[in-house]
Amino acid sequence: MPKKIKPKLAVWKFASCDGCQLSLLDCEDELLAVAGEIEIANFPEASRQVLKGPYEISLVEGSITTPHDAERIHKIRKMSKVLITIGACATAGGIQALRNFTDVKNYIPLVYASPQFIHTLNKSTPIGDHVPVDFELRGCPINKMHLVEVISAYLTGRKPNIFPHSVCVECKLRGTVCVMVNGGQNCMGPVTHSGCNALCPSYNRPCYGCFGPKESPNTRSLANQFKKLGQSELDIMRGFRTYNAYAEPFRKESEAHEK
Amino acid sequence: MKNSTIKVDYLARVEGEGSLYVKIKNNKVVDAKFGIFEPPRFFEAFLRGRKFTEAPDITARICGICPMAYQTSAVLAMENICGVKVEGQLRELRRLIYCGEWIESHILHVYMLHAPDFLGYQDAIQIAKDHPELVKNALRLKKIGNEIISVVGGREIHPINVKVGGFYKVPSKKQLLGLVEELKWALDASIETVKFMAKLNFPDLEQDYEYVSLRHPDEYPIFDGRLVSNKGLDIAVDEYDKYFAEEHVKHSNALQGVMKERNNYFVGPLARYNLCFDKLSTSAKQVARAVKLDKGTNNPFKSIIVRSIESVYAVEESLRIIKNYEMPEKPSIEVVPRAGIGYGCSEAPRGICVHRYKIDDNGNILDAKIVPPTSQNQKTIESDLRQLVSRNIRLSDAKLTWLCEQAVRNYDPCISCATHFLKLNIERE
Repeated sequence: MPKKIKPKLAVWKFASCDGCQLSLLDCEDELLAVAGEIEIANFPEASRQVLKGPYEISLVEGSITTPHDAERIHKIRKMSKVLITIGACATAGGIQALRNFTDVKNYIPLVYASPQFIHTLNKSTPIGDHVPVDFELRGCPINKMHLVEVISAYLTGRKPNIFPHSVCVECKLRGTVCVMVNGGQNCMGPVTHSGCNALCPSYNRPCYGCFGPKESPNTRSLANQFKKLGQSELDIMRGFRTYNAYAEPFRKESEAHEK
Repeated sequence: MKNSTIKVDYLARVEGEGSLYVKIKNNKVVDAKFGIFEPPRFFEAFLRGRKFTEAPDITARICGICPMAYQTSAVLAMENICGVKVEGQLRELRRLIYCGEWIESHILHVYMLHAPDFLGYQDAIQIAKDHPELVKNALRLKKIGNEIISVVGGREIHPINVKVGGFYKVPSKKQLLGLVEELKWALDASIETVKFMAKLNFPDLEQDYEYVSLRHPDEYPIFDGRLVSNKGLDIAVDEYDKYFAEEHVKHSNALQGVMKERNNYFVGPLARYNLCFDKLSTSAKQVARAVKLDKGTNNPFKSIIVRSIESVYAVEESLRIIKNYEMPEKPSIEVVPRAGIGYGCSEAPRGICVHRYKIDDNGNILDAKIVPPTSQNQKTIESDLRQLVSRNIRLSDAKLTWLCEQAVRNYDPCISCATHFLKLNIERE
């Protein structure tokens, strides 16, 4: 029997916390099985070994924040048959996109004593703003079982079973009592993409939107509800302006509440 | 005479984007840099104007490997400002979830990031081809760490259950008891890990380090206690800025930590171990004696054994906390904001993680300063590289590069954290 040629997987990092690619190493029960099906060809966090492209699948974590990275992503796209972005940084610009609402020049001296050493772009932008993306996996962090699902789906040539409905649907499915209707808490669940299995409400905490906007969210209606619950304009602005602040529906809503 | 440059542009098996550069001229090391090109993310800037209750969730996003360190230091700082102290079972739960992070992070580093250097492999997947049971056990050990974090915190990366004042919801005794059986297995497995790692070959390297860690009168340090060193430092956490500073150098997007008037210092497992060995648990001390490490060690390569011993501790401490656990009546205590400045410090797997915030009466953050462990170790890492290359100058560039990478990994650098942070190039001329 000739040895099976395994498809090559590459993992790339841009501005991020490493958490989403760590999800792959956190698949303790699946990791060795995954490594049996694919060649982990380029994954610096896990291996010194680098195999040359092209790659069947590239997983991209992080957002574009430097001139060098804005170039690098194009090279990666060229080497990749399928490019999947993982996490809020790669799909929406991440928490570091809070700079997009100010001038980053105001930020540098607050952190660094010698600003002349720092090379950074004015905005933190998602990968999809720079190159075509085949699939965007949401979450801050992503759900690791989604990652296994997406990789399996692309290896077998089917569509990933990941749904764009809201966190509310997940609460209903698991039978969690509504923290907004019953608990009067300012929950982002109605406008937030599913995928966490409605984790926060199950801990008696309102959703804070870390999976970003669901498909066609009615953010204005939710903002009005927050107002009725006694939230200030500043609170509402902060609520929409977190880990997916630069995703368009959340961005527009937060700007509507900015003084 | 040897002139050479050793360069590693993208250091593997570390968290984040770093590089190495060593320049050798006439058989002498003339330059050694641990560079950090991870792009800056400006956390301290955008924390301004956020609410004090948001700090634990926002700062968790600095690092996916050690979010508990950020969440814990943040809540401690805010509680410090507001004059609140979380005690009793809520404090124990904080310790438990932190033990979960030590186990998950230490085992990841020991087996998957560092052991391949000692065993001559590119990565743990390659090790698994020759020693499948070793890697399977490692993954099972790592998983129990993650399960502790998930049960207490909701999920392993960026847990959602930690808040200023305690938790949103506390686990039942039954939920925690569900972890016990696997933890008992983990106690044996982590002891075996120590014995296995102690048999590796350790390159020679020792310097006269100044170790810095928390020290607590009654327990091995995770949070609370005073900041101490082996050279006479003994201060309260809120005196941190009087004794420590950060410098900004050109080759790094991380600020480098220094002690005022004393220069570089060393944080992390080796520091905690050498300063607080007496506070370890019974099994951890026993196995340390069995591998003849109970007098401490100054060889940073042996940090792989120390991380394994700390894993034994974290498992045993988790078992202790679960055994004594009684579900608290309330998941948190009320924290009313008041204007002020406060500090929080906890022992991330890689060393002390210090937060300082200033907030107003409405709880808005006016100023934030975050000092991650890796930025504090940067200078010591560079000094190790100089020593190591000088001692091994006759090795080929390929072997020297391998050794330098291995030496950097002694510190389990977390570059995502430190950027506000590293890149090895060895240059011989």
